[in-house]
Amino acid sequence: MKSINLRLIRSTVASLCQEANYNLGEDVIILLKKALRKETSPQGKEVLSQLIKNAAIAGQEKLPLCQDCGTVLIFVELGQDVHIVGGNLIEGLNDGIREGYRQGHLRMSMVAQPFTSRINTGDNTPAVVHTKIVPGDSLSITLLPKGAGSENMSRLAMLKPAQGRQGIVDFVIEAVEQAGSNPCPPIIVGVGIGGTADKAMVMAKEALLRKTGTNHHDKEVAQLENEILSGINALGIGPAGLGGRTTALAVHAEVFPCHIASLPVAVALQCHSARHKNATL
Amino acid sequence: MSKGEINIQSPLDSKTVSMLKAGDKVLLSGIVYTARDAAHKRLIEAMDRGESLPFDLKGQTIYYVGPSPAPPGHIIGSAGPTTSGRMDSFTPRLLAAGLKVMIGKGSRSSEVKEAIKTYSCVYLAAIGGAGALLSKAIRKAEVIAYEDLGTEAILRLEVENFPAIVINDIYGGDLYQEGKEKYRTKH
Repeated sequence: MKSINLRLIRSTVASLCQEANYNLGEDVIILLKKALRKETSPQGKEVLSQLIKNAAIAGQEKLPLCQDCGTVLIFVELGQDVHIVGGNLIEGLNDGIREGYRQGHLRMSMVAQPFTSRINTGDNTPAVVHTKIVPGDSLSITLLPKGAGSENMSRLAMLKPAQGRQGIVDFVIEAVEQAGSNPCPPIIVGVGIGGTADKAMVMAKEALLRKTGTNHHDKEVAQLENEILSGINALGIGPAGLGGRTTALAVHAEVFPCHIASLPVAVALQCHSARHKNATL
Repeated sequence: MSKGEINIQSPLDSKTVSMLKAGDKVLLSGIVYTARDAAHKRLIEAMDRGESLPFDLKGQTIYYVGPSPAPPGHIIGSAGPTTSGRMDSFTPRLLAAGLKVMIGKGSRSSEVKEAIKTYSCVYLAAIGGAGALLSKAIRKAEVIAYEDLGTEAILRLEVENFPAIVINDIYGGDLYQEGKEKYRTKH
């Protein structure tokens, strides 16, 4: 049994908030540079080079990569041999966000009541927290500040099993085509296949946490990812939607068994400001 | 497409707007007002009540942005465009009342595209997600209305050589459509 103090969790979350918002992951930067070399559209090339420049400015000046500092999604993997002391875990996570967003001059984008008053909570809480209990005695915290431009383009389809693999390919490509320039391409596409409606959507989000551009370990899933990616990049939407070959940098899919009558497919789009940072305590 | 950049000064008139075509790159200088969903809702409600607006729309530019707070030593925080489509239901009335330029990202409804032609206006896009870079073109920022909305308050910005590209012009041009068609390949 290992004890972890809530104070440590709070300060860890606060620094992850800032790190994620200022520093674009090296995995994304490498893919942007690769796309810049391959892009044939002059306008697309210009957008890609400005995005690389934007990431450099944000990192150097500690300015958010994007003014939309997102809804904070937190993926917690809590070892079953961990004992959290000093308070309530969820409150500790939210306190960390409060501290990180205020001190980091990050934008507060959460409203308390979604359909009438829509008053800003003023501290970017609450986070959306997904918790998994896992073996072991460590606590892994992954932060994904998710901008609304891409989040609003999320899609879910409950396909008929007969639609199969091709149904999945067509649905994901259609979701990206309909999103067009809205989710800030080049995007990263998270796909959740199987489970139930809720499970599929969580998997689509979890897929975004993978090192960008890494295929699924299962060969069949990896082939599906590659096929969807080339289909998306044939759409012509391009960087910032101004036309070009680079509409997506990567497609990541996760799969789970499902009911004999179901084939759920969820699509989570992530803008190029693919900000996620992890800490393990 | 892809000729040099065109310098424009805001506020501006229909004649300047008529020179701009989908695909033109512009560097905009002058006054720009910020407004997102919540501010648009209040502007329209004020118009419904016959009240005067916090600023005269004639010839002006609205930038769809909710900047992040200015860190010490900065004029403004990160300040890139938000998705314009969320403003579509409010936009035609603002264009009818004299608004000339909109800066945002993402495609507009057919009603907005029609209104752009009817009232001689232009829709520009700035690069979505390049908020740190775009903030460098902002020289001054002050809140002029709806301060209680926080990041959604209306700011009066002074910008210098703010980079944008023409998406929808008065001739019906649409860069999002044209760009996509040009680079679409058979899969």
